Amino acid sequence: MKNILIKNARIIDPQNNLDEVTDLYISNQKIAGIGKAPKKFAADETVDATNLWLIPGIVDLSARLREPGLEQKANIETETNAAASAGITTLCMPPDTAPVIDEPAVVELILRKAKLAGKTHVYTLGALTAGLKGEHLSEMASLKEAGCVGVSNARNAISNPLILRRAFDYASTHNITVFIEAEDKHLSKNGCAHEGAIASRLGLNPIPYAAETAPIAQILELIRDTDIRIHFGRLSCARSIELISDAKANGLKVTADVAAHQLHLTDMDISSFNSLYHVIPPLRSQRDMNALRLGLAEGVINSICSDHQPHEPDAKLAPFPATEPGISGIETLLPLTLKLTEDGSIPLSTAIASITCNPAKILGLDAGHLSTGQNANLCLIDPEEDWVFNTEDMLSHGKNTPFSGWNFKGKVVKTLVEGNTVFEM
Amino acid sequence: MVNKPTRRTDDLIGQDLWNIQLDDQGQLKHFLTIEGLGTSILNQILDTAESFAGVNESVKKVPLLRGKTIVNLFFEASTRTRTTFELAAKRLSADVLNMNISASATSKGETLLDTLRNLEAMQTDMFVVRHADSGTAHFIANHVAPHIRVLNAGDGRHAHPTQAMLDMFTIRRNKGADFGKLRVAIVGDIMHSRVARSQIHALNTLNTGEVRVVGPKTLIPKDIESMGVSVYHDLENGIKDADVVIMLRLQKERMSGALLPSEQEYYELYGLTEERFKLAKPDAIVMHPGPINRGVEIESSVADGERSVILDQVTYGIAVRMAVMSMTLGGNITTQDQEKK
Repeated sequence: MKNILIKNARIIDPQNNLDEVTDLYISNQKIAGIGKAPKKFAADETVDATNLWLIPGIVDLSARLREPGLEQKANIETETNAAASAGITTLCMPPDTAPVIDEPAVVELILRKAKLAGKTHVYTLGALTAGLKGEHLSEMASLKEAGCVGVSNARNAISNPLILRRAFDYASTHNITVFIEAEDKHLSKNGCAHEGAIASRLGLNPIPYAAETAPIAQILELIRDTDIRIHFGRLSCARSIELISDAKANGLKVTADVAAHQLHLTDMDISSFNSLYHVIPPLRSQRDMNALRLGLAEGVINSICSDHQPHEPDAKLAPFPATEPGISGIETLLPLTLKLTEDGSIPLSTAIASITCNPAKILGLDAGHLSTGQNANLCLIDPEEDWVFNTEDMLSHGKNTPFSGWNFKGKVVKTLVEGNTVFEM
Repeated sequence: MVNKPTRRTDDLIGQDLWNIQLDDQGQLKHFLTIEGLGTSILNQILDTAESFAGVNESVKKVPLLRGKTIVNLFFEASTRTRTTFELAAKRLSADVLNMNISASATSKGETLLDTLRNLEAMQTDMFVVRHADSGTAHFIANHVAPHIRVLNAGDGRHAHPTQAMLDMFTIRRNKGADFGKLRVAIVGDIMHSRVARSQIHALNTLNTGEVRVVGPKTLIPKDIESMGVSVYHDLENGIKDADVVIMLRLQKERMSGALLPSEQEYYELYGLTEERFKLAKPDAIVMHPGPINRGVEIESSVADGERSVILDQVTYGIAVRMAVMSMTLGGNITTQDQEKK
């Protein structure tokens, strides 16, 4: 097998408290040494990484690849290719494909296709209830056996709290983490914008804070005094962070993430009915955005994800309320995360941790850090590169992004998965 | 995998800017919302409408838009609004095509954009659009061929600017041009009303002394104060000393969503009776965008009373729509120009 030497990189590995300029050695697709060459190491390939950063391959907690079932939007091959170009070496798909990931055959299909594409490691969440219908438990143990790293009902809320409680207990029996995207469908009914001055002025159906915070509060009460692991994804409200902060202080095993776009956009952005800003949960107020950033800095929010939702053009070409929500975000995860360090919102180590070791821990994967013996999943970044993000340059099949034309600093120059170069600029 | 023409992807970019309503000379190009238009444009609409109000009484028809084709594109049922747009277009000598697309095209899988492209291909000059989704008029204005003008005849809960302007016209005819001394109360279902939103923008742009909205908390949208109104939850205080009282229509479906308990209780609390109307100024006028629910939001004797200007509103609707059509499609037309012709 090939031996690779990455020379003179600034290696940033928050989990191991490492931030220094040194060399990294790869042998047999694994990290063979950092700073010190392993015995009898002879490099077949040397990468000069002077002035570059080397970070663990990025782990994305939530990316919809649209396959199976919605291939008009995107597919596993196109999206894992886009992910690799963005430094992502591991990503996790929610179970709301068509068919739903509620039986092992679907998991196997996805994993096989991902392996065939040969770019990024793909993991899936299994459905918490059969067909995501909120009525019958899914066969969680079998799904776990097939490779699911957690279970979730995606954005299909379970309205019956008894079923919710039993689903938690059953998942916990099998030591499976439950991933929640909190939304009360009654409170958010037909909604497409944050309840506030902008939605009132534009006449858009409002989504109140309570659509997110009421189910979070309910779930936290349901899991009181248990050791059930719950991950709350895609938070949008300041109040949600307070609730989760309290729960953590009370010893509950809860974690949380936020979508990268929620840290940069507010409801002001929808004021010209631009459907590219139509997302669920909706873009909220400046106050909420600040609270999300602070929650990240303080560690209440553990991770930033892309919440990648690629669409075909037609899905966004309609009046705002009639468009499909979501942003094709896989290629802006790292740039938007790094942007948070520019104005000092979060330190660099927190930024890197929130897209590497922290999401890996939430998924229960031994990944997202650089230690000898680990798979060589790596991302090399040129931190000084000033560049403009453009839809024309996107590799994702979905071009639905509001960030076209944004300036970013820091760009991925090379991505390695198990020692193989899957992207090179 | 279907390859879409790249043009459509490009369409996604640059949907911004409120001022797509104005051309580079600052003249009205589309009429989508009152928001973002200045006092001078609103006054220009009112002045132009004033000149057409005379036309309506005597000549009936002017040749300003001869040879132009106007499409009434109604995705939501409407008789009165569509009829007044049609009359306005005909009095300007335009050809009119009425399209009621409630379900026909869209249910066959044709997108809104497909429908537009087809109509564009028929060499039309203006779309008058009504649609149940807020933002539809903006969407259409952003995607039509450059020579086509778009008039918003109501989009979701967002805007109904010609209705607001005919209301302003009615107020100006009855109360004079100085809106600064007026107190206007808008009563009822503000939440679901595109008319109320456009009225609020128009009243504030014309510097109205005070604009109030009156209704139960279930029918008042959050943070509506930011639009420049004061909020009242009881009718008595809300219409006290008002110069203009605008009653909104209450849709029957509001009972099903737990917004209101019953029409009876609504009428008891918010119905404009003769007795209550006495709380407004003695010379106050009452308005209603129609159609009226007698005995639900307003007592018949008030609706038909001498201080009611509800039928004036309908009449002025034609002149105001003629004004907006001629301003957007025929350039800047003044009374003088018409006299020359």
